[in-house]
Amino acid sequence: MWQYILSRLMWIPFLLISVAFITFFLGRFGPGDPIEIMMGTKYDPIVAERIRSEMGLDRPIISQFGSYLKNASQGDFGESLRYRGRSVSDLIGPKLIVSAKLSFVSLLISILIGLPLGFLIAHKQGTWIDPFIVTISVTFMSIPIMITIPALLWIGCLKTDLVPCSGWGGLFDKRIIIPALTMGIPGIAFMIRIMRASTLDVLGQDYIRTAKAKGLNFFTISNRHVLRNSMIPIVTILSFALAGILGGAFITETILGIPGIGRFSVESIFNRDYPVIMAITLIGAVAFILANLVADISYSIIDPRIRYK
Amino acid sequence: MNNSNGHFKTALNRLIRKKIAVICIIVLIVIYMCGLFASVISPYEYTAQDYTNIKKPPSIDHIMGTDRAGRDVFTRVLWGVQNTIIITFVALITGGIIIGVGLGLLAGYKGGKTDSIIMRIGEISSSFPDILLVIILAATLRPRVLDFVRFLEDSYNISGLVKSGIADYLVVSLALVSFGWIGTARLMRAQVLSIKENQYIESAKSIGASTNRILFVHLLPNAISPLVVSITMGMGALIGTEIILSWLGLGIQPPRPSLGRMLLDGGSISIIRNEPWLLIGPGIVVFLMVLCWNLLGDALNDVLNPRTR
Repeated sequence: MWQYILSRLMWIPFLLISVAFITFFLGRFGPGDPIEIMMGTKYDPIVAERIRSEMGLDRPIISQFGSYLKNASQGDFGESLRYRGRSVSDLIGPKLIVSAKLSFVSLLISILIGLPLGFLIAHKQGTWIDPFIVTISVTFMSIPIMITIPALLWIGCLKTDLVPCSGWGGLFDKRIIIPALTMGIPGIAFMIRIMRASTLDVLGQDYIRTAKAKGLNFFTISNRHVLRNSMIPIVTILSFALAGILGGAFITETILGIPGIGRFSVESIFNRDYPVIMAITLIGAVAFILANLVADISYSIIDPRIRYK
Repeated sequence: MNNSNGHFKTALNRLIRKKIAVICIIVLIVIYMCGLFASVISPYEYTAQDYTNIKKPPSIDHIMGTDRAGRDVFTRVLWGVQNTIIITFVALITGGIIIGVGLGLLAGYKGGKTDSIIMRIGEISSSFPDILLVIILAATLRPRVLDFVRFLEDSYNISGLVKSGIADYLVVSLALVSFGWIGTARLMRAQVLSIKENQYIESAKSIGASTNRILFVHLLPNAISPLVVSITMGMGALIGTEIILSWLGLGIQPPRPSLGRMLLDGGSISIIRNEPWLLIGPGIVVFLMVLCWNLLGDALNDVLNPRTR
């Protein structure tokens, strides 16, 4: 077990370096001279040349990459090209928090509605309720976000005037409702599916039949035998969902004008703000890789039948 | 092979008994046919502007209304569907099937170093948060691909290659490939690992069958059911990603119509208030496409996956 964790941990730096290199290379190889974008209409080749050498953009790629990695490993992601004089970490920090709050609320919505529903309908297999709920949830999952948001805005903002049409005011502001619902709705369907499949799997096991044969009441069986075992796969899903919290939502944040990391990454890609793109990619990758590891490890702790070599 | 025909026949029979699946297949066929034959069906040119008919609600002449430039929305939706179909199809064939299945088969069958190299590369590409890699690729590849197409045009004297927008198709498909292949490869590998222990593989080897024969005649047909399920289930997500790309302005460029672009234009508050048909037309088509693929995937999963049968 420890050997397994150790070998996984040793692999992480390599994974991160590869991710960083791909992003770095694509950024450099890609189009658009960032200096040109930075200077806009005031472009002057001589000044541009000076800024370039000041920022080290004229050195060979590998050497640029090397010094980037060295700084990044100490938490210094450099300076934004778009917002001169601001360090990337300063820019990203507050936006990460905004996105995390939003994702947290939407994750909560998906879990609180999705898991109980999924658990419930697994018990109703064979009746009309099961396929009905599954179909409804797939239907909701299939609505593209670019349609969900205008639809919710139409209901909540144009017709009933319940919430302001865009903006951000933190966790306890009315304006969180629309984005949280938008992001939560597809999650509900996802949670229902996973929970249903996993509960069905458990319900078919011999020990459930034994429990029933012993004459245990429904509540005890559900609580002690079914629920505990059907939650095992959910743990994995949750750790990925938590990693996703840092990712932000490109479209939701962009449409609704929420100052989160998703909107910022889209902006930075268009501004060719390499340092910001790099930092966002790396932070996301770290979160994802760690979530992957945590999921695998927690899997084997919760379910002792799973052992890694 | 007889046996496998039998398997698919029973699967097909079971599928036909599912009403939802049949409806979905019909809807998809209608949408795909309309998209593919857009040039025949569409009542107008997609760039034709009619200044006497600006922002008109749906009528007999324009069944989805007209947009700000007096262009027929229905026509533009048809052409947008065609673009989406072409791109997702190319991405599916190259990324999902050729690269994904090919590498998955190879990794599973060869094992050892080949296996670990392929899976490590997959792990790197899946460490990128969400669809950031797709977005970065689409944003950075375009000028390079355009250069390449221009080079082709010049050196082979083919005119109109750049104008045909082929570079856009290439860029988006290439970006989507990065998103699709690893899932298929993992699935294929897992299938091969479990199938290759079967006796018929051993006996095929013992009578001196070549590696190619074992891979494509014995392994692939037996692994195809889960592949079909995962591809069908993944189509909705693939279409969604294509639409996100064109929504961000990284897909097919105007004046060529794309569904994502139409959703972007139709999604603003003032449009929902005054000209909602600009969103409703393309919105319903996108929704139906994604929904039907998802429901069909679910149905196929029930039919082909013996565990949940």
